[in-house]
Amino acid sequence: MIIKGKIWKLKDNIDTDVIIPARYLNTSDPQELALHCLEDYDPEFMNKMEQGDIIVAGNNFGCGSSREHAPIALKAAGISCVIAKSFARIFFRNAINIGLPIFESEKVVEECVLGDRLEVNSVEGTIKNLTRGRVYKINPLPKFVQKIILAGGLMEYVKEELGLSSKD
Amino acid sequence: MGKTITEKILSAHTDTKNFKLGDIIKARVDFAFANDITAPIAIKYFKESGAKQVFDKKRIGLIPDHFTPNKDIKSAEQCKILQKFAQEYEIDHYFEIGRMGIEHTLLPEKGLVLPGEIVVGADSHTDTSGALGAFAIGVGSTDLAAVLALGEVWLRVPSTIKFIYTGKLNKWVGGKDLILYTISQIGVEGANYKVMEFSGEVIKNLSMDNRFTMCNMAIEAGAKTGIIEPDQITLTYLKGRNQRPYQVYQSDSDANYEKIVQIDVTKIEPQVAFPHLPENAKPVNEAKGIKIDQSIIGSCTNGRIEDLRIAAQILKNKKVHPRVRLIIIPATQDVYLQAVKEGLIEIFISSGAAVSTPTCGPCLGGYMGVLAKGEKAISTTNRNFVGRMGHPESEVYLANPAVAAASAIVGEIVNPEEVN
Ligand code: SF4
Repeated sequence: MIIKGKIWKLKDNIDTDVIIPARYLNTSDPQELALHCLEDYDPEFMNKMEQGDIIVAGNNFGCGSSREHAPIALKAAGISCVIAKSFARIFFRNAINIGLPIFESEKVVEECVLGDRLEVNSVEGTIKNLTRGRVYKINPLPKFVQKIILAGGLMEYVKEELGLSSKD
Repeated sequence: MGKTITEKILSAHTDTKNFKLGDIIKARVDFAFANDITAPIAIKYFKESGAKQVFDKKRIGLIPDHFTPNKDIKSAEQCKILQKFAQEYEIDHYFEIGRMGIEHTLLPEKGLVLPGEIVVGADSHTDTSGALGAFAIGVGSTDLAAVLALGEVWLRVPSTIKFIYTGKLNKWVGGKDLILYTISQIGVEGANYKVMEFSGEVIKNLSMDNRFTMCNMAIEAGAKTGIIEPDQITLTYLKGRNQRPYQVYQSDSDANYEKIVQIDVTKIEPQVAFPHLPENAKPVNEAKGIKIDQSIIGSCTNGRIEDLRIAAQILKNKKVHPRVRLIIIPATQDVYLQAVKEGLIEIFISSGAAVSTPTCGPCLGGYMGVLAKGEKAISTTNRNFVGRMGHPESEVYLANPAVAAASAIVGEIVNPEEVN
């Protein structure tokens, strides 16, 4: 999988309340959730971001409540992947389960700035900073995780396993 | 290089050979469960996937415990979903009101989660069963839906921090104090992604009830789970209880730990975790004099028979302070019945306490003891986040059952020594 996009840079400890505030949890409709994605971080975020943008953040991204709505909102908003120094454990699971690619890298986070364009190759395990001409090695996503993400999330993968996928 | 108990359990449940720490593997699940909050969503996803049957109807638990006996129409509807699903798919272990208990206390008690197993629950305190030497992890509803369908879970192989407890336990100090103290040392993120393995001479002599309490709160340090190697105490507990054969694993003496933390328990006094994080634990004497409105004894952390015995020992022939509400909730029907037989319930009611059928209730601010604005509670539960037990401006102090009972008598937080 190859992902290209320009980046938004966020700080450490972005919690799931910031990603999608609890006041919008009376729906689980992805498109509706996406309207409020990162609203408490920057009310203009959804107007400024473009489809395919990449979020680059510090430590412990997705901490706090275990709500699956958070990665769903990011994905539905059009965020193509999240690169962080580290993720909170349940967010990490939830993101993969709903098919949002995520990568851990200290270096990429430290050395890129707002607006840089990145190219992520999840199979080779590289991130290129196209703006600065630097290449970083990352751990490629484990095969199994790639499978889930390519399927479009864990439940799509389950369907494939059960031979019930509409893609078959 | 030797292996930890966790690595051995994972090896026995995956087809992936020679995995390393941090690798993602697929593992077979021995038991999966969910409650009245998490099961309805998992069931919805399960059905949407088109799956025709569950992976194994003997290895699934559905436990309505959070808002039950149904507190309102919405919770009644949620519980109905569990009940119908259990009927439709002939799930063996659905626990109806009157036979249920708080999931993390009930499942070990019923012998449904066992040493050497991989246990997956859609609830963060699933780690409790690690006390039996199982690898027990909390997951989200999507994860659980996939487990229901396939009987397997994906997981990242965690590293382990080993905690070695030595020395002599002080009076009124138990598993709750050990874990609160430990979290205060490493912080609420201190074990993020990792396993906390509890060991040492103190753990070797600790009862199962106290071990459950410790593993229960590993998640409060961010851990993936807590685990304790099975020993004679574990095997005695399981005798006549286990509903399946099981396998016991131990860590090798040359196993690879990310870190080893030594804790001398001799210096640990009963602990009180101040609002609003479990890591804010201090010796009870530093909390002395804080006026309380309510005391809760119960939950998956401290609602077992030994907890109730300690509470009764303190409350015998004493009265709850006129200003205070003391609410005691045995965690399961068996615990409740045992407490009746031992005369504990009579002691509680005579002291002026309210005693309830098993429920999570006040632990998550659900019902049965919700706090008003500005109120303070001492509680044997596991979380004291903002608004956890009610109004956002209420406060929860976490402690062991002795401290909670003694404080209910005095009306302020006290060292149990002062009322005994
Ligand atoms: S008692 Fe509290 S912590 Fe335990 S399962 Fe119930 S709500 Fe969760």
